[in-house]
Amino acid sequence: MTMRRGFLLISIGTLLGAAIYLPLRLQAASSQLASHSLPPAEAGGVVVGLCDGETSIEVPWLKPGQRMTREQARAVSNALMAKWRQRHSNAEWQTAQAQTSQPGATQPAAQQGQAGATAPAAAIQGGVYERLTPREQKIADLETTKFIEEGKEIFHNPEKLGGTIGVSCDMCHPDGANTHPETYPKFQTQLQRVALLRDMINWCIENPVKGKPLGPDDPRLRALDAYIIAQRNGTALAYGKH
Amino acid sequence: MEERDRLLRALRQIDRRRFLRVSSAAAGAVLAKGLVAPHSFQLVEVASAAVDKSWAQTGAQGKPPFTFAYISDTHLYTKKLNERFVRGALKAVEDVNALDPQPDFVLFGGDLAQLGRADEMRLGAEILKEVKAPVKMMVGEHDWFLDMGEMWQQLFGPPSYSFDWKGVHVVTLMSVNEKDFWTARHMSPDERMHTVAGLDNGVQSRFEVGDAGREWLKNDLGKISTDTPILIFSHSPLYKYYRPWNFWTEDADEVQQILQPYKTVTVIHGHTHQMLSNRIGNISFHGMLSTAWPWPYAPEGLPKLTIQMDRADPFDQFDACGNGRFNVAEGGLIDAVYNLWDRNPVTITYRYLASSGAEDRPSAPKLLSY
Repeated sequence: MTMRRGFLLISIGTLLGAAIYLPLRLQAASSQLASHSLPPAEAGGVVVGLCDGETSIEVPWLKPGQRMTREQARAVSNALMAKWRQRHSNAEWQTAQAQTSQPGATQPAAQQGQAGATAPAAAIQGGVYERLTPREQKIADLETTKFIEEGKEIFHNPEKLGGTIGVSCDMCHPDGANTHPETYPKFQTQLQRVALLRDMINWCIENPVKGKPLGPDDPRLRALDAYIIAQRNGTALAYGKH
Repeated sequence: MEERDRLLRALRQIDRRRFLRVSSAAAGAVLAKGLVAPHSFQLVEVASAAVDKSWAQTGAQGKPPFTFAYISDTHLYTKKLNERFVRGALKAVEDVNALDPQPDFVLFGGDLAQLGRADEMRLGAEILKEVKAPVKMMVGEHDWFLDMGEMWQQLFGPPSYSFDWKGVHVVTLMSVNEKDFWTARHMSPDERMHTVAGLDNGVQSRFEVGDAGREWLKNDLGKISTDTPILIFSHSPLYKYYRPWNFWTEDADEVQQILQPYKTVTVIHGHTHQMLSNRIGNISFHGMLSTAWPWPYAPEGLPKLTIQMDRADPFDQFDACGNGRFNVAEGGLIDAVYNLWDRNPVTITYRYLASSGAEDRPSAPKLLSY
């Protein structure tokens, strides 16, 4: 009887544990970037995946947790590359190389030999901004635009500004007109200090908008900053100008 | 000198509200001592009463000249929410009541309320009741688009009307109609009003007098001779200045066509909250100041005859706001006097516009819009 009850308790515990743990695990997995799901090992070895997220081979003599020597590892990676080259032309590999190579890294001599043709002299220097893929550039631009749009929304909304009298920035500054972000820093007599754009934003929030000034890390202040500056894109800097 | 130093020291420690009190105390002290300090507080010389009285004396052709004043674009919220705009409106009423001689009437230039609410409009009516001279009301888009003019017409009558005054034919023209942009977007009245209240969202339609309005104008003007001077009160400018901000009347060309046969036409408009002057053919255009806040000049489209007002000082709530009056000479030739608060007044004469800026040019401001 006791054994049966014990077994019941253990199984319930396991089920509960699984019920709690698995959703968290799945959540963690889904919030990560896309990962390479490797096929299971069939010959009792370890499956090694290539950085393209698709190609993999099984190394039958490798046991899970076993460390390879440098020569063994090179042999494995060569085999992986050979499998990749079966499916892709030489030209494709060179493009991928340009996108992912580390600056100053030397190409392993073995790989070059295997390719059957020497890789051409690198078309780029390989600095970080050269290596941005079109997709990464697009994401960066979208994020910036989104942030500026957030600023635009706050700029036009008395409640989001924390204002208490129904006044928003766009009343005196439609499309950010007459804000002149390119003229900061400048000495502002009325503030008795050299003002930055955000000092003026906060003064306006406190006075005509009648809200509380925003703290330096307030996302609203940063977004307003971004929106106002973005409206003067291309205008020459002229700090100190009144 | 000692008083001045004491004053400057006190200035470093005060906020804006106390500044106003201090400055008026200082001005008083200066006056009492009979001193004029050219580098500290300039005492503004307002156009003297003598000049105003001369208008009443010349009366050629039995049609005496006259003056009328204006208060415009008060944009009132309810009193509990926003006192700042109420103060501006009250200040304008004080100015107008202090005019000597009193104007024949006072034009209200539109945008009495900010969000078209009945309580906002009633507050405005309450404030304007204090005006001694008779008030002629004009509607703005902020008054109209919450309930499509229902409350406005209940309180103030039809949005377009005309009357004759001392030889001038005066027309108040509803010019802030908009083609329906709200039904397709399933907007509530509140959403529609908030959209119209935003200058730069580009969602609302451009202002227009509209087909019906133009028909009405044509018929109204059909009854008078082309020699009769005409005065048009309109909220939108009746010309095309800057489309993205609705500083614009979509059918301006057609309206100007209707006005073209008449020898002397002056359009006085609100909405732009800035000193604005233009001349197109036979028509002079004058923009009115707001009591609530100033608009900056648009990035393009500014009429070249406009004398800009100096950029607004954000640290002074009344700066670049104000009211004004118009002196109407015989023949319906009109001079516009801008009563800019906290600044010297500026007069844009008929001669300045008619001579394309060659004569009577007012001084240019030091700080142009950029």
